Amino acid sequence: MTPLLSLTGLTKAYPGVVANDDVSLHIQPGEVHALLGENGAGKSTLVKMIYGLVKPDQGDMQMHGRPFTPSEPRAARAAGVGMVFQHFSLFDALTVAENIALGMETAPRLRDLAQRIREVSDTYGLPLSPDRVVGDLSAGERQRVEIIRCLLQEPKLLIMDEPTSVLTPQEVDILFETLRKLSAEGTAILYISHKLEEIRALCDAATILRLGKVVGECIPRETTARDMAEMMVGKVLGTPTRTAGAQEEVVLTLNGLSRPSPSAFGMPLRDVSVTLRKGEVLGIGGVAGNGQDELLAALSGEMRAPAGMISFKGEDIGTLGPNARRTRGLLTAPEERLGHAAVPDMSLTENAMLTGAAREGLEKHGFLDWSAARGLAERIIEAFDVRTPGPGNAARSLSGGNLQKFVIGREVLQRPDVLVVNQPTWGVDASAAASIRQALLDLATGGAAVIVISQDLDELMEIADRFAALNEGRLSAPQPTSGLSVEQIGLMMGGAHGMEVAHV
Amino acid sequence: MDLSVINPILLIAALMSAATPILLAATGELVVERAGVLNLGVEGMMILGAICGFAIAVETGSPLTGFVAAAIGGAMLSLLFALLTQVALANQVASGLALTLFGLGLSALLGQRYVGVKPPRMGDMNFGPLADIPVLGPILFSHDPILYLGIALVAAVWATLKYTRVGLILRAVGENHDAAHALGYKVVRIRTLAIMFGGACAGMGGAYISLIRVPQWTEGMTAGVGWIALALVVFASWKPWRVLLGAYLFGGITQLQLNLQGAGVAIPVEYLAMSPYIITIVVLVILSADKSAAPGSLGRTFHASH
Repeated sequence: MTPLLSLTGLTKAYPGVVANDDVSLHIQPGEVHALLGENGAGKSTLVKMIYGLVKPDQGDMQMHGRPFTPSEPRAARAAGVGMVFQHFSLFDALTVAENIALGMETAPRLRDLAQRIREVSDTYGLPLSPDRVVGDLSAGERQRVEIIRCLLQEPKLLIMDEPTSVLTPQEVDILFETLRKLSAEGTAILYISHKLEEIRALCDAATILRLGKVVGECIPRETTARDMAEMMVGKVLGTPTRTAGAQEEVVLTLNGLSRPSPSAFGMPLRDVSVTLRKGEVLGIGGVAGNGQDELLAALSGEMRAPAGMISFKGEDIGTLGPNARRTRGLLTAPEERLGHAAVPDMSLTENAMLTGAAREGLEKHGFLDWSAARGLAERIIEAFDVRTPGPGNAARSLSGGNLQKFVIGREVLQRPDVLVVNQPTWGVDASAAASIRQALLDLATGGAAVIVISQDLDELMEIADRFAALNEGRLSAPQPTSGLSVEQIGLMMGGAHGMEVAHV
Repeated sequence: MDLSVINPILLIAALMSAATPILLAATGELVVERAGVLNLGVEGMMILGAICGFAIAVETGSPLTGFVAAAIGGAMLSLLFALLTQVALANQVASGLALTLFGLGLSALLGQRYVGVKPPRMGDMNFGPLADIPVLGPILFSHDPILYLGIALVAAVWATLKYTRVGLILRAVGENHDAAHALGYKVVRIRTLAIMFGGACAGMGGAYISLIRVPQWTEGMTAGVGWIALALVVFASWKPWRVLLGAYLFGGITQLQLNLQGAGVAIPVEYLAMSPYIITIVVLVILSADKSAAPGSLGRTFHASH
């Protein structure tokens, strides 16, 4: 049987790095094929070549046995390739129907299109109203917009780039339902992810990339997640361990914290109450956009709260700004690495100075102690294995994972009493993620309290003592993580956000 | 003081004419900004259009040819802006300011021979018996063709942005250029065309001043109208009909304060002269209090990095 898509010996080099080196891959019609690899392994470059966004330097692509050389996404779409992007390529200010029309070659009139959107969304169990403005949709709904945009063109190959990173477990189930249905109808799916359990549940075959090369192929159902992970990183992984648990002493109390969101499409915090004890790791899950950023801002002091809502070691700190809170020992590391946690064009030394000045005494009488700041930066680089030529390099020049290690390490080394981190391992490869998690656990063992806000439930189950979920700006009551089932977690996260399983 | 010298019919007819330069320039800039580009060079493109239109109209004797030349002149200058910001990826604010200064200087140089020259007049449209209707006739049917072109342009821009695929793609590019690029749209090409459209409109707006409003050439004669047009686009929340409203409001109060000055009202001239700017901005600020936000990629440099 001729494969639907055959890639042979694809090579693509960028200045200084070979993104893909002699990559070969074959996908049969109706097959769900996983593409596995860490950040920088070359997965994105490979799919961009299939989608016509990047031209290969060498190698051969064939579709149905005929040469396939898409010069632009339009040509790839015409040949039957659809792609759902990792960072949704949607336009917030436009409606669902307008967004979908933009992704089509010959869009019908908007009224006819709205009708077709309803038909497709019914067939595949992806409820979606064509007239809504995309900026008001949840992450799961936005993804549905992308999927329906692809499905309307009746693709033969659907590329999905990390599709589940923003979904609740229930939404993941519905997505998989849809993908299986597509696969049964003969549509091949190229599924990119680093969530191994999902790949084992969904995919028929897997190709594993490391540093631009194919390092292995496997049948995911017959391979353990651990084996696949070790093929991905090329070494044996350690599991984070910890010894101590929560102590009696309460360090941080939120008491009915309610604040409007500072941003237009944000989520207000509604009556958030929680008590945090020394030595405890509190995991906060929930789908992105349910108040995570606002909660972090309220804790860091970027967003002030009225008196009586936030108490730290018995002191009311709601009205204090970030530096006053840092001095007292409440440190935070936000999700957005470039632009929020770090200034992209400043050196690592300068970035270390920015959050370390207050707590590490790097500032005296208004003058900055640069040599001490450089010392701090060097200690972070050393302790957290940040791969960079030195502390004088700009934050922008670091890869995502390395910068993440730096911004987490920067807070950990400032001896916090309470550390709040948002998405500590987002976009970080498996081995770096393990070391960040271990650092957070070591911090808790040392008596600090840690709040981990994350989309990654496996991560929270692995390191947190208690779990709570943010849903529509409300925080559920924290539950001990041991013995918590996926269904319970899903319900805490607010279920499927208006989703229904196909034709129930 | 004698307010009876102010004829409301003539006032309204005159305000439409006073508003046209701003209307043309602002409509063009609206399209540019909806494509995600902030071109602060409107004033420079207007003044260059004013002299190009004036010179060509004088040389050929045809005001219409003058307007075509003004549009080409404005578009050529905007092409320089497009080159700087879309190809060389220069900062849009700085490039726009430079464009204004360059346009002012270049127009002064080009216009040296034309100071004191009288341009050919453009005739009014002939609507036959319609012009004889009392009240409506003088207000609606006694103008030059460019004034009607301005109103038609607003309608065309509105309909294009709202109902056509071209308009949808333009808005998409302005809203999120990375996403538009990922879908395979040519961001730089679309923006360059939008910038040239804006330049052509600004050029015609400038020529309207030098050929119709004040039929003569003086250096710097646009006198800040381009900046008002820029402000208008923002306060009109990037909506074409609100641009029309704002332009007519501004033109109306400009005309009214001139008439009031003529009638000898006991308000210092300086206050009267500043009133159009203040009132227009206050009204539009109140109007723009709703949720409508700027195009998402406005003023951001697009670089297609793979």
